[in-house]
Amino acid sequence: MATFLLRRFAQAALLLVIVSMIGFAILHLAPGGPLSQYAVDGNMTQADLDRLAEQLGLNRPLPIQYAEWFFRMLQGDWGLSYRDQQPVLHIILSHLGATLELMLTATVLAMILGVWVGTLGAVRRYSLFDSLATIGAMVALSIPTFWFGLVIIYVFSVGLDWLPSGNRYTIGDGSFLNRIHHLIGPSLVLALVSTAVWSRYMRSSMLDVINQDYIRTARAKGVSERNILFRHAMRNALLPMITIAGVQIPTLLSGALVTETVFTWPGMGRLFLDSISYRDYPVVMGILMFSAVLVLLGSLLADILYSVADPRISRQG
Amino acid sequence: MATIQAIPISRSFLEGAVVKRFLSHRLATFGLATILLLTLACIVGPWLLPFTDVYIDMMQRFAAPFSGWHVLGTDAMGRDTLARLLMAGRISLSIGFSAMVVSMIIGLCVGLIAGFYGGILGTVLMRFVDAMLCFPSIFLLLAISALISPSVPAIVLLIAMTSWMEVARVVEAQTRSLKTREFTLAAQSYGAGGFRLMLREILPNAVAPIVVAATLNVANAILAESYISFLGFGIQPPTPSWGNMLNSAQTYLTSAPWLAIVPGLAITLAVTSFNFLGDGLRDALDPRADQP
Repeated sequence: MATFLLRRFAQAALLLVIVSMIGFAILHLAPGGPLSQYAVDGNMTQADLDRLAEQLGLNRPLPIQYAEWFFRMLQGDWGLSYRDQQPVLHIILSHLGATLELMLTATVLAMILGVWVGTLGAVRRYSLFDSLATIGAMVALSIPTFWFGLVIIYVFSVGLDWLPSGNRYTIGDGSFLNRIHHLIGPSLVLALVSTAVWSRYMRSSMLDVINQDYIRTARAKGVSERNILFRHAMRNALLPMITIAGVQIPTLLSGALVTETVFTWPGMGRLFLDSISYRDYPVVMGILMFSAVLVLLGSLLADILYSVADPRISRQG
Repeated sequence: MATIQAIPISRSFLEGAVVKRFLSHRLATFGLATILLLTLACIVGPWLLPFTDVYIDMMQRFAAPFSGWHVLGTDAMGRDTLARLLMAGRISLSIGFSAMVVSMIIGLCVGLIAGFYGGILGTVLMRFVDAMLCFPSIFLLLAISALISPSVPAIVLLIAMTSWMEVARVVEAQTRSLKTREFTLAAQSYGAGGFRLMLREILPNAVAPIVVAATLNVANAILAESYISFLGFGIQPPTPSWGNMLNSAQTYLTSAPWLAIVPGLAITLAVTSFNFLGDGLRDALDPRADQP
């Protein structure tokens, strides 16, 4: 186990280095590099820009700049926002809560719905329900998230007036119920794609399991179908889903950005979009790196959990 | 997904079976038919309409669908929605196809080289693929789109740059298993060089998963275009695209809902069709692969 963990951590660390190189390259590919915002500002002459570059050390060789940037990043110094001079990491963390709230709610919704649809589809294979679920999942994967958000707002906010059309809570009313009310729309929209993915993988995982010998043995022992499904089959079919949950993080983050925009949800995705409009490169870079680290951590955690949960998996990394 | 040993069957028989299996997949047939119809409509349609996509008629703002000659109504500038939808389709579908082609070229090159040569080169390339996949696609698309001026070719390159990784993974895995097979070794023993082995022996035998990946890539490229254009960083007005038609739709959601509904339906229909097509191709080309 120790070697497996060590190996997996080493792989993640190596990936983090490559990820940071890509991030650094993007920042320096920007026209004008990290100073691009000042380059378009008419107040600065070329001489001013050169002096600033000298002061910030931007005229040194790229590998040295990269090394310094990387080690600063590891220590939590992610630079200052161009917009308000706040530390980048502080800005990101202050928007993280709203995004996590949305992502977690959507994940729980998608898990419950997806596991239910997938299991039923596997148990009643090729039934009408199974066919409709298959088609439904494919359509769900094809609907642009932002458009689904617009449709939800049109039907449930404009038409029926059941749900608020945006924001995290009504200003002046931060009660729990009010927050839940605001959370329903965006989390449903964000859960759509994940539900489709979960139901497909759950169906195929369940189909694998119910053809196994131990299920036949249980049936031969006279275990009731209900117990076979919930105590024997489902427990084993759910195991590979741990990996799916880890792999879903990039999709969820992308979806969260779009959902937050449509529902004016004050999270990391909206912050990212605003920062792009302001050409606030330190924040853009910070969020790009931060989300990549989240993705890395997610898949690392999923791998470790899976190997702990399923002793049959070989730990050769 | 297990790698499947090829069974020696005559080519014509195999192709007949593939076509048959594909046609028996009703959804895939539906997908193919829809794609052909959509493409045809976008090519021919704009010539048959009495309005062009840029004709502004401020007297006819927000005309509802089926009012007069405006079958799908008009937008905030009195432009005909149907004309814009079809012109936008030209742009969005071409971006989908072109981005697929470019991403396939990058993915094929990286996958073939990494899988064939392996070693340090292969490891470096595939770790790069892993690292690129750590970035959520929309974040990467938007971050780079802020650096470039958004023209159609630039958007195509941008989407291709962020969507070649899955292809590279598929091709790398295929290449690694095919390069040790007898026919490759036989060709090698005749003195075939690396390029010849990759292009003449390995690539033709890896065609099935590549075709499937290409089809799904078109679907994802159309979606990607709609996302960045909707957010305002993609195709810029007055050029219409399915994504940027939705850009201002949220503002008029109460008064003119058709402006939001129509382009969204077009995107969903096109993307669903490509996904069904890809799914059907997977079943037809590789009936034993059990994909979720």
